[in-house]
Amino acid sequence: MILRSLVLLLTLVGGSAHTADWGLAQLMRMLADNAGGRVGFVETRHLAILDQPLTATGELVYIAPARLERHTETPLRESMVLDGDTLTLTREGKTHTLRLRDYPEAAALIESIRATLAGDRAALERTYALSLAGTAAQWTLDLLPSDQAVAKVVLRIRVSGSKGEVRGVEILQADGDRSVMRIEPPRR
Amino acid sequence: MMARPRLAAFALWLVIVAVLATIVSRASFTADMSVFLPRSPTPEQQLLVDQLREGMVSRLTLVGLTGGSAADRAEASRRIAARLREDPRFSAVNNGEPVHLEADRRWLFDNRYALSPGVSAERFTTEGLRAALQDTLNLLASPAGLLAKPLVTRDPTGELITLLNGLDQASQPMLDGDVWVSRDGRIALLLALTRASGADIDAQEAAMNAIRSAFDEARKDLASAAGLELGMTGPGVFSVQSRATIKSEVTRIAAIGSVLIITLLLLIYRSLPVLLLGLLPVVTGALAGITAVSLGFGVVHGLTLGFGTTLIGEAVDYAIYLFVQRGQHKDGSEHADAGMDMFWPTIRLGLLTSACGFIALFASGFPGLAQLGLYSLAGLVTAALVTRFLLPAMLPADFKLRDVRPLGRRLGHLVAGATRLRWLVITLALSSLALITVQRHHIWNSELLALSPVSAADQALDMRLRSELGAPDVRYLIVVNGPDIETTLQSAEALAPALERLQAAGHIAGWDSPARYLPSHATQQTRLASLPERDALARRLQDASTGLPLRAERLAPFLDEADAARQRPPLSRASMEGTSLALAVDAMLLETAHGVRALLPLRAPIDGRQAHLIDAGTVRSALAAAMPSTAGTSPLFLDLKHESDALYGGYLREAIQLSLGGILAILVLLLVFLREPMRVVRIALPLAAAILVVVAALTLAGKQLILLHLVGLLLIVAVGSNYALFFDRGGQNAPQPSPLTLASLLFANLTTVAGFGLLAFSNVPVLQAIGITVGPGAVLALVFSAMLSRRTLPPVPPPSPPSVPLPPAR
Repeated sequence: MILRSLVLLLTLVGGSAHTADWGLAQLMRMLADNAGGRVGFVETRHLAILDQPLTATGELVYIAPARLERHTETPLRESMVLDGDTLTLTREGKTHTLRLRDYPEAAALIESIRATLAGDRAALERTYALSLAGTAAQWTLDLLPSDQAVAKVVLRIRVSGSKGEVRGVEILQADGDRSVMRIEPPRR
Repeated sequence: MMARPRLAAFALWLVIVAVLATIVSRASFTADMSVFLPRSPTPEQQLLVDQLREGMVSRLTLVGLTGGSAADRAEASRRIAARLREDPRFSAVNNGEPVHLEADRRWLFDNRYALSPGVSAERFTTEGLRAALQDTLNLLASPAGLLAKPLVTRDPTGELITLLNGLDQASQPMLDGDVWVSRDGRIALLLALTRASGADIDAQEAAMNAIRSAFDEARKDLASAAGLELGMTGPGVFSVQSRATIKSEVTRIAAIGSVLIITLLLLIYRSLPVLLLGLLPVVTGALAGITAVSLGFGVVHGLTLGFGTTLIGEAVDYAIYLFVQRGQHKDGSEHADAGMDMFWPTIRLGLLTSACGFIALFASGFPGLAQLGLYSLAGLVTAALVTRFLLPAMLPADFKLRDVRPLGRRLGHLVAGATRLRWLVITLALSSLALITVQRHHIWNSELLALSPVSAADQALDMRLRSELGAPDVRYLIVVNGPDIETTLQSAEALAPALERLQAAGHIAGWDSPARYLPSHATQQTRLASLPERDALARRLQDASTGLPLRAERLAPFLDEADAARQRPPLSRASMEGTSLALAVDAMLLETAHGVRALLPLRAPIDGRQAHLIDAGTVRSALAAAMPSTAGTSPLFLDLKHESDALYGGYLREAIQLSLGGILAILVLLLVFLREPMRVVRIALPLAAAILVVVAALTLAGKQLILLHLVGLLLIVAVGSNYALFFDRGGQNAPQPSPLTLASLLFANLTTVAGFGLLAFSNVPVLQAIGITVGPGAVLALVFSAMLSRRTLPPVPPPSPPSVPLPPAR
């Protein structure tokens, strides 16, 4: 823990030296340069109706700029593939195809992640006010819904990462429920 | 002296024509393709006809907007859809906008315990509840969790999810914004369902006009949308277009054909009165044909009329034969029947020959073909009788035609020369026969679509829009009949397990049933009865949730709603008003004369071994296993395309057999009349050669023959038998037919080719088929008859002056 704080401190110091060329534009460019890949994830959901959090693990696959796949291993094998506006869910041998726009709340959430991965600032700013903190090596991007409908569902989305790689997504919902997704660095 | 018989003949003719015209004026005409479908003997064929005429498929119009910008197309789509949704002529309009989505979701959720196939007594035992809760927790952890979360306390067993899982999800078109577009995004797509049946062509035309005016309105209101274009397709659109095409084609061909033939006749006769007289048999014949069809069938098809114009080309021949013979007789004016002995026996035999062919058609079980047969039979016989018994009396006393003998003599030289080429006829006929034998399996096109007057471009547009829309092409159906809604729905429900098995095994990709949206009362009651009383449910829920993160205390709304569901009356169609599910039920549950019919559409697998195909045998045996014979009428599996093709294929086979029978009858007839087998052979040979060469040429040109080509072949026999008989009769007593006969044969052939040849340029396949067959066939029949006539060596003497009287014909 101490080591981690130290590293954090060092990177903060290192980052401050380059303040001039570090900002949203740079982050978006770095993210956009990342063509995608396959990473592991662990997601924890804290729901008010439940006494304990729910945990899901699996893999994420991102193929720039519009395809995002989530393959859950536990507690149940299932997959979600977002391609363009089409969301395909595969569960228990059945496949469901949804159109994102039919589910505006879900769309706002999913789009926040995909647009971040794509470095699509324009898409993000359609729905959210962006606020960047940290350094290129360790940044935190807060997405605050500016869209009224989305604000009814989501209070804040916090995406964190290192350079062009996203390492975590934390979603704070309006009803107080919260989910935290930790993303492992890509295996190379 | 001649005045009285002439007047009498005219009076008689006028009476006949007046009677015929009266009947014709009361006849009812139709132009839809339904006349090509029989009053069918099998239940499948009956269903096929019902579906094609009245089914939901027949009421579907597919609309595509192209041109302009994507935003313009989307906006136009929204405006058109909004306008058409207000229009009472449409029962549903869908362009992708979620107009019913909220109402659908609410209705499904509110009635989930009556609707969900997951609701059973086991589901609400402690074990069942625990398994259901565990599933729900897994769902909450999944990407879909966010959607499920708001409903968890009201629906912790996930009945809505089960229910939605059960609904057949055919692929939806792509969306751009909130409207449907093609995969390449260049076409905005809409679906409109008319209230009127597809067989009501006037209503379909009105619906098309409503769509067009909604489009015009939208285009007018959108400043930038001038480039937008509207495309429409679907069975109703096709019917409207077919009717318009047939109507305009028939009018056009009749007009051009008449002008051509009249011009030809004027050139030959050079006299207006004679021309008018020459048209008498034609007009009378056409009227008689329509009258016969009207009396025999109750309704006359537009195509029969179109075909009728071709009769001009055939019936006008009779007058030509008569006039040319009569007009040259210097001494014939005193005797009304002069010249008659020249041609009547030949014409009579030719007429009988033709009649054999058309009687064969008349016997067909295919109303369209039988109409053509009856029309031709009545028309030709009438035209011949008028020519024989009325026309001679009507001719002016000093009737004279310009001298065509010089022309006839030149023709005689040609014929004499042509006979040296008789080996060519034999060679052509034999090689044609060889080609036909080799290709015999590919000669006929047995698809009903081949008869459709819809252009290939329109059919391609239809295919395109259909695949983009994932529109129900509804080729495969299971049909369940019952005396009332409840029984029919129960029968449909009984099929569910079998259909699930078929789907699991990959034989079908999906299926739908009205019972999914509106289960039978019995099923609803069973489901609701399986919900425990509130206290019992609360106890079991408490036990079931022990150790799970979801505590029973939070699920009070579930207990309330389950309890409320138990008290509710069963759902009926009326309770679905305002949802798109009501439309689905209306499309699949129909009132019939004998009760209620459920239609369960099956979707074929889109890939794999049997992509786009469903094996009828597999489904039928699954159905037989699912429905014990005690359950009343058994369900029928229907493959609409297969049924219609089989139906048409049956007609085609029948027509071929009938035609062969007709040909046999012709040969017997000739043998009886001529009593010399060699003469029969000499008459039959040129006709057979003409038919063989025409069929071979069409095959070589890559054309597959349809039913109407067969009719064309019979017409070649009808027209050509006259030629062959004249050559034969002429050759009996003289080396070759007289110059007069030759000239009249040429004229007759020219008018025939003018009449039928025009049809070859028609856009309507059935008319085109007749034209492309008869036009060349008639020429070949004449040429072959000439080439196969008796050798005339030495050649005829040089032209003699016209004053020399001709030898009598016999």
